[in-house]
Amino acid sequence: MDQPRHTPASHLKDGPGRGSREAAALDATWRDPPGLMGWLAAVNHKSIARRFIVTTFGFFVAGGLLAFVMRLQLARPGSKLVGPDLYNQLFTMHGSTMMFLFAVPVMQAVTIYLLPLMMGTRSVAFPRLNAFAYWIFLFGGLMLYVVFFLGAGPDVGWFSYVPLAGPDFSPGKRTDFWAQMITFTELSALVEAIVVITTVFKLRAPGMTLNRIPLFAWAMLVTAFMILFAMPSVMLASTTLITDRLVGTHFYNPAEGGDAVLWQHLFWFFGHPEVYLIFLPGLGFISAIIPTFARRPMFGYTAMVLSLIATAFLAFGLWVHHMFAVNLPELGKSFFTAASMLIAIPSAVQIFCWIATLWSGRLNFKTPLLFVLGFFFILVLGGMTGIMLASVPLDLQVHDSYFVVAHLHYVLIGGAVFPLFGAFYYWYPKITGRMMSERLGRWNFWLFFIGFNLAFFPMHLLGLRGMPRRVYTYQAGLGWDTLNLVSTIGAVVIALSALLFVINAVRSLRRGALAGVNPWGAGTLEWATESPPPPCNFYAIPVVHGREPLWQGPRAVAEGGAPAFTHVSGLAADTREVLATTVLDARPDLRVNFPDPTIWPLVSALAVTALFLGSIFTPWAVVWGSIPIAIALTAWFWPRHSETAVHLSLERKP
Amino acid sequence: MTTPRQLDVSGLPSYAFSHRSLMWWGTFGLIAIESTLFALAIGAYLYLRSQSDQWPLGAPPPDLLWGSTNTLLLLASLWPNHQAKSAAEAGDLPRTRVWLLVCLMFAVVFLVLRGFEFAALNTRWDSNAYGSVVWVLLGLHTVHLLTDTYDTAVLDVLLFTGPMEGQRFVDVSENAMYWYFVVFSWLPIYAVIYVVPRI
Repeated sequence: MDQPRHTPASHLKDGPGRGSREAAALDATWRDPPGLMGWLAAVNHKSIARRFIVTTFGFFVAGGLLAFVMRLQLARPGSKLVGPDLYNQLFTMHGSTMMFLFAVPVMQAVTIYLLPLMMGTRSVAFPRLNAFAYWIFLFGGLMLYVVFFLGAGPDVGWFSYVPLAGPDFSPGKRTDFWAQMITFTELSALVEAIVVITTVFKLRAPGMTLNRIPLFAWAMLVTAFMILFAMPSVMLASTTLITDRLVGTHFYNPAEGGDAVLWQHLFWFFGHPEVYLIFLPGLGFISAIIPTFARRPMFGYTAMVLSLIATAFLAFGLWVHHMFAVNLPELGKSFFTAASMLIAIPSAVQIFCWIATLWSGRLNFKTPLLFVLGFFFILVLGGMTGIMLASVPLDLQVHDSYFVVAHLHYVLIGGAVFPLFGAFYYWYPKITGRMMSERLGRWNFWLFFIGFNLAFFPMHLLGLRGMPRRVYTYQAGLGWDTLNLVSTIGAVVIALSALLFVINAVRSLRRGALAGVNPWGAGTLEWATESPPPPCNFYAIPVVHGREPLWQGPRAVAEGGAPAFTHVSGLAADTREVLATTVLDARPDLRVNFPDPTIWPLVSALAVTALFLGSIFTPWAVVWGSIPIAIALTAWFWPRHSETAVHLSLERKP
Repeated sequence: MTTPRQLDVSGLPSYAFSHRSLMWWGTFGLIAIESTLFALAIGAYLYLRSQSDQWPLGAPPPDLLWGSTNTLLLLASLWPNHQAKSAAEAGDLPRTRVWLLVCLMFAVVFLVLRGFEFAALNTRWDSNAYGSVVWVLLGLHTVHLLTDTYDTAVLDVLLFTGPMEGQRFVDVSENAMYWYFVVFSWLPIYAVIYVVPRI
């Protein structure tokens, strides 16, 4: 152990940079293996993230189409396009898709791509686990859609309230598939949260102290911590629901001492933080886009970070405001009203910081910035109705009405989807090497903005006029006809805008203008490497001297002093060696050898899928299904002699 | 133009213990998740109890014998885990192997006793909500025991037979830390399952 027993396998060290022999070796080391098997075994964070992004957008389109069918059905009273059973499946599938298969995972997918580039490193932490999280997500989402097309789509709403979702009122397997989909996707999200936290804490470039990391990374770090504490709640809820349904437990059965409100507590203890899990990444996108297009550093960095953290804490104290219609102690409700209003403060701090940045900057009106400005308008409206809903009497009046539907779409689409589209236009050139069309981008934005308001603003009025959500049709003459028609026209405009977006994204892949390294003149590290980045991200890991490393170089050399460090050297180029730094100050700490590509994460995900699916049909699947999982995980972990030999040749004791 | 200057990192260690290691952060994340899960399950137990006039529902409280024996055994298992951890951190392969084996034996004995514990709960998961939540609490903890036992077994087999490198010592150290968590998380669960029905 003390002396390497093998001849050193590794001679080439990085540092010389682009075009050198070492750079070629780095490319070869970090590239995914060729062929189909190589594709399935890939662990490079960019490959996994690209698949993840495409998959989540696929689910976004699917969920959008479901909504489109619902809008067509509601366009006029008494419509016979869709029956009540299919309609129940449509809104359940739409909500579940958007919340569990799109909103949270797409943010994690984008993060998995960007984080190592922003942090100045070559991989996410635990790359194999990252691949596993993608596969398990994919299988869970596909399962939900397969059963939907087989006519067994879940039909009890995306929050699946008991007793409706319990064994008495929802016989059959529909709700079981929903509950297992939750288990799949939350497992994936939890794993990704660990990957993100470890990457941010341990893999930053030297000099990127904790108070210099990009605000986007802060947002995703805070989000990851929230996931750790929020997702277990919904996993516990869905697991106890499925045991109630399959093995006769009585958690939610009042006849045997169970309690339906327990479901609501467990669900919303996750469900409210979930809103912020979707919203905080959106804030992160905005904090990345605004400085670039205002051409100045963010105003109030520290206030922004503290606001993110405060939002995260407060988000866990709001869940009961989803349950104001339940018979709970009134004093408790007042507390949750106060907490719900309190969370407006950190959100406002961030909005003021953005405005200050925009105010004092020289604005560059490109598509990403348009989406950010659209965000301001829509989110503020959504926030206003949020403050209204935080008040118990008003909430009781509009509970389960279209007012709530309007509010939640303003918050989620305004708070997350607009920033996400902005982010897509912003980072597309980095990911593909080509720019998206500005002209189509503007059309995309304006159609989306107008269509969105057309589709969702009338829903406020519909709710105030008493239209309940989740009805498959309504009678004529209730004063809802015109507003519903307007809303459907809005949905058509949104669909057009989404189509333009897809056309733009696909066309620009081949025809877009070449982007170059830093097309927007941005300041963060992902813009320091080629577009698209090489497999190793950076041929030489940069040393960071400020919050916007590309805008702030090293300080001028004092007379007689040594010049500041500009980049790292000495990491092995012919094996996946990564620099780990200290948590607070990002001082170089360790050279960590990362694992090679392998098929085992995929096999493990398949084994886990078999267990989850099997358990819907027999509880014994949990026992038999764990054997292949144990085998796959052991094979995943078991080191190869050749790999160990390389590690030993580079080993140095602490 | 700034003059390029290289920061040579080739002399850095290739592994380290505690929070310097990436594995530590992974384990930390897992512990955060599992602690939340246990806390919520305990919360569900207390919530159901608060909604019920009588507790435990239609059953005497669980027998104390096996649960308490197991608690003592679990606390005693901290010692071999501490030994394995310090042997690993000293880089002493023979001692690490042996102490990990002792840990494994403790875990296996514990799992057998856990079977008796389930039998002494005096209620079934499908009797009523009380039975359900007790079984889920004990079941959740048992899943953690099972996975950590298997993990320990694989690691020890690797230490005896597989290719060895320094990172394996970090794995042993993190494995012991996770076992500490399994032990300490048991104490509140023990209190809830065995003490709460008696007050």
